[in-house]
Amino acid sequence: MAGDAPRTAVAADADATETAALEAPDPGPGPTWRGSRRYLRWESGLALALVGTVLLGVGLSGQFLTSTNILNLGLSNGEVAIMTLPMMMVVIAGEIDLSIQSTLALSSSVVGYLWLHHWSMPLIIVTVLVLGALLGLINGLLVTRLGLPSLAVTIGTLTLYAGVAEIVLGATIVSNFPAAYTSIGVNAVPGTGLSYSAVIFVVLAVVTGVVMHATAFGRSVFAIGANADAALYTGIRVKRVKTTLFVVSGLVGAMAGVLFTFRLSTAEYGNGNGLVLSVVAIVLLGGVNIFGGRGTVAGVFLAVLVFSILQNALLLTNFPQSASGIVTGGLLLVAILVPNAGDLLRRGRRLVRRMPGGWS
Amino acid sequence: MGAVMTAGLGMAPAATAAGHPLKKGLKVFVVPKNLGNSYFTTADSVKSGGALAALKALGEQGQETSGTADSPSSQLPVIQADLSKGANALVISATDPTALCPTLNAAMKRGVVVVTYDSDAPACRSLFINQASPQGIGAVEVDILAKELHNQGQIAVVSASASDTNQNTWIGYMKTELKKYPKMKLVSIVYGNDDTATSTQVTQGLLSRYPNLKGIISPTTVGIAAAAAVLDTAKYRGKVKLTGLGTPDEMKKYVADGTVQAFALWNPASLGYLAAYAAVELASHSITNAKGQSFTAGKLGKFTVGAGHTVLLGPPFVFNKSNINKFNF
Repeated sequence: MAGDAPRTAVAADADATETAALEAPDPGPGPTWRGSRRYLRWESGLALALVGTVLLGVGLSGQFLTSTNILNLGLSNGEVAIMTLPMMMVVIAGEIDLSIQSTLALSSSVVGYLWLHHWSMPLIIVTVLVLGALLGLINGLLVTRLGLPSLAVTIGTLTLYAGVAEIVLGATIVSNFPAAYTSIGVNAVPGTGLSYSAVIFVVLAVVTGVVMHATAFGRSVFAIGANADAALYTGIRVKRVKTTLFVVSGLVGAMAGVLFTFRLSTAEYGNGNGLVLSVVAIVLLGGVNIFGGRGTVAGVFLAVLVFSILQNALLLTNFPQSASGIVTGGLLLVAILVPNAGDLLRRGRRLVRRMPGGWS
Repeated sequence: MGAVMTAGLGMAPAATAAGHPLKKGLKVFVVPKNLGNSYFTTADSVKSGGALAALKALGEQGQETSGTADSPSSQLPVIQADLSKGANALVISATDPTALCPTLNAAMKRGVVVVTYDSDAPACRSLFINQASPQGIGAVEVDILAKELHNQGQIAVVSASASDTNQNTWIGYMKTELKKYPKMKLVSIVYGNDDTATSTQVTQGLLSRYPNLKGIISPTTVGIAAAAAVLDTAKYRGKVKLTGLGTPDEMKKYVADGTVQAFALWNPASLGYLAAYAAVELASHSITNAKGQSFTAGKLGKFTVGAGHTVLLGPPFVFNKSNINKFNF
């Protein structure tokens, strides 16, 4: 989205886009019935994949269904799972937030730093969540007010926030957190057998599902992702919605940072390094369109399960942990290629036709 | 090494007088600080006669697992995965004295045996297998450097990670030993995180920040090798002395060309071997972790549990030009 100044130019371009939209099977604001059907198919595929990975896990290891393993499954993927939710919303709106892993790292570092400086833990948690929201706000303002592409902005802040994290903690590793908090890294939520992070993920997924699929805000996110110009003309405050999404992303990134710190009982600046790739891979595997406009929380939820269980099953069979990147990378490719094969072709052709118009 | 005296016992089954016979088929996970670290490869592998060799000889299911970085956030998920895999015992070099504790204590409560080796987590293990007394290690490195520097000049330390229990303990004893040499001044401690590139960078940083630096101690095998590579130029060779803890294979070249005159270490393979043996003894209820309990660790002979639930491998060993070629690890 360009800034305010060139709006007339955008308007002229919007006509062309609208014509294109008429020809293309692209839905307008909100998912159409046709879109939903298509996604039911993708989610059915994911559900099948889920059954497959569970069978794989059971078949490969007698340890798969033990309570220890099920707890560990949630523990080791909880933060990634939580971060897929805001990532999904941002991607549906046609943007991306790669800085979320550094938001996690910086939040973790700040938790450690403030704990070293004898702050009380509840105050630290609140401070860090506010900080996360601010980090998201910076991303949001850079993207919407300066009209910069979010890919570039958040690659920048990915590095920037990680750098600040390193300055905050340096080589120090803080690990003397109180047992009341670090117990979330070893105990299940009573009565569930699931880790705290897994339960938080389920709750947030339900909230995200309601927001995205049953509120005006959610519909506006889909509309913006499908066609930002058209959304603007239907009265949606595109910039405000996008900024809100980045703030939510930062807030959730900070929450993941707090959980990560307590789970591993460790605050260090390198925490969470590399997780964003898993987050993006899962979101795309969940059927969220990388170009925006389409996706469901159910799809992402299923993708989280498929991804986590597959990694866990491989781990139990002594698949080298260093090679787990193969799983992430492979899923990422499958997720992009399979559902978008048709789209990619169409878009390629359309882009070529619209070349002088450029990206936005 | 006192243990060598009783080495004649060989691989005889090690049922102690009072204890139960050793169980077979135990799942024992060996968790070094990180993978791809030649010190731990030696400590753990079958080929070098380390922890996995002991486990194989005892008929256990041994496996080495760890993360790729020397940090608790890299090591802990692996430990959790090992517990998922149904571990009976863990043999761990702790990346942090306390960060692993919630997980390890929960595991011990469920009956998993936790033995630390190389780097301790005192609050959450049954036994610590100590490679050499920390005083001995800290003192020997300072003494080697003092001799080479004729007791004077600026020196610095290139350590691993700032949270490593063993590194910090040794550096503490180095400071104590330095009081014997009032003309030697410790000007800086830098951290290479047991990563070659980082260790190289921080060593270069030291040399440019302290032009009068006369000596470097690197009490970690990755650090000393990286520092030696930096010093191995006409500008620094022999002018900035280097010692610390290194492996003979990595240091042979630098000892031969005079970059390094002497350095210390224990035999990491013996350390891993002893730790694995102790873990199996505990998991079989053949011994407890009480002071005075003793067991025979195969080819290494007899060991006794000392104060603080620790077992001491032996005194550090100094490698120099005259003996280094006898060692291969």
